[in-house]
Amino acid sequence: MSLGEWVFVGIFVAIAWIFPAVPIILGKRLGPKRPNPVKQQTYECGIETTGNTWVQFRAQYYIFALVFVLFDVELVFLFPWALAYNQLGLFAFVEMAIFILLLVVALVYAWRKGALEWV
Amino acid sequence: MTDILKDIGLSHDLAVFIAKLLGVVVVGTAGLLWTLFGIWLERKVAGRFQDRLGPNRVGPYGLIQSIADAIKIMLKEDIVPEGADRWVFNLAPILSVVAVLLIWAVIPFGAGWVGTDLSVGVLYLIAVGSLGIISVLMAGWSSNNKYTLLGAFRGVAQLVSYEVPMVLALIVPVILSGSMSLQGIVEGQHIMYLFAIPLTALIFLISSMAEIGRAPFDLLEAESELVAGYMTEYSGMKFGMFYVGEFLHAFTVALLTAVLFMGGWRGPGAEDFAPLGLVYLMIKSLIAYFVLMWVRMTVPRVRIDQMLNFNWKFLVPLSLANLLIVAFVWKLIPNTNQIDSFGDAAIPTLALLLVNLAMIAVVGILLREQGRRERARIEAKRAVVAQPVGD
Repeated sequence: MSLGEWVFVGIFVAIAWIFPAVPIILGKRLGPKRPNPVKQQTYECGIETTGNTWVQFRAQYYIFALVFVLFDVELVFLFPWALAYNQLGLFAFVEMAIFILLLVVALVYAWRKGALEWV
Repeated sequence: MTDILKDIGLSHDLAVFIAKLLGVVVVGTAGLLWTLFGIWLERKVAGRFQDRLGPNRVGPYGLIQSIADAIKIMLKEDIVPEGADRWVFNLAPILSVVAVLLIWAVIPFGAGWVGTDLSVGVLYLIAVGSLGIISVLMAGWSSNNKYTLLGAFRGVAQLVSYEVPMVLALIVPVILSGSMSLQGIVEGQHIMYLFAIPLTALIFLISSMAEIGRAPFDLLEAESELVAGYMTEYSGMKFGMFYVGEFLHAFTVALLTAVLFMGGWRGPGAEDFAPLGLVYLMIKSLIAYFVLMWVRMTVPRVRIDQMLNFNWKFLVPLSLANLLIVAFVWKLIPNTNQIDSFGDAAIPTLALLLVNLAMIAVVGILLREQGRRERARIEAKRAVVAQPVGD
């Protein structure tokens, strides 16, 4: 993997944020500026907001993220296997099948334990 | 280009740098300009699906409509809600667009026309596409609004869940072509992968539809629900940028489908004459984009729990099974690492196609059985409830 390939990406990352930033800055300049306390209140379909905004979030969201991380790590391992697949023998398939089977067991466990339910 | 610059007398490194800089500007501008045309296309097609004409007043056939809308949105006031986290609030729409634009760096537009042919193209595009998920959370969190926060949580749960089947579907073309670079995958498609692995293409399309937050998975901004979800507090051009980012992401998905499954820029004569490759790519991605629009206009919105169940209990096991079966069949076919022409590719493609059709049939039967069982259960409950009162 030559570093030269990534120069383009580097330049792109440095410059790409200018593309959306310019219209936004133009918008700020061209638009009217009439701040008014009612306009700047948080929107809640017309009612006053009560209580703290940054409410405590449900653990269910965290569980989904956790299951995702599990599968994401598996996917990262699948990539080099997929690249080398054509050059390896049948054992490559068997070995990956066992790996995926272990993760399927994890998925079934999470399923049965109710980790995949949206409460 | 580099040679022209070197002739002027610039050193090699500077010439390369400037050539790449120009490339970046061209790709970025092309992406954003295409957005204007694409939004018009979407509105016209949406109109036709709904038995009406789309915009047709502003300019011939309504072509100037997008520009008019862009100007209008630029002239709106930029309201920042009190108590909002200023930096994060301002950065979210920018990140949303940048995340998608960065994908355009690796897409091959023609023979030899690619921003940069990264050897890990597929991994790069997944990694960079996921930056958009952070922008959703940033937008929801920084708005100082309980409901945008909840919308952002739901959004992130959805986006993150659908990454799994999407990447699993992406691994299959990597196996078939033996390369992670997008140009390599395009060059490996002597026959379109759509004919060899239709189920994988379908899984990729469905999970990408969920990734871009488009109907039927558009809970993130369901207009009838959380107002505009995580974008509620945005006005003016910032909202415009979210809109552009979302739309650009949709088109990028169509472009990727064309590159990964429909042979990209390949077509008769495209190897020698590069702009012809661009034309083929555009035609193919417009077809894929039409399918995306078609589904959006036809299918009703899905509930969040239905959506997540669909992902974890159906799509993920399906894509895992699909991967294993395709890998197995690929190993059974001899000489799959020497596919150099149409003739070589014919038999493996046919074998994979038959296997895919068998899988689709099996999945169809399983779904039908499941549907029957569900309906029987609902009928049973209704029969109990509907007992006549009194005798």
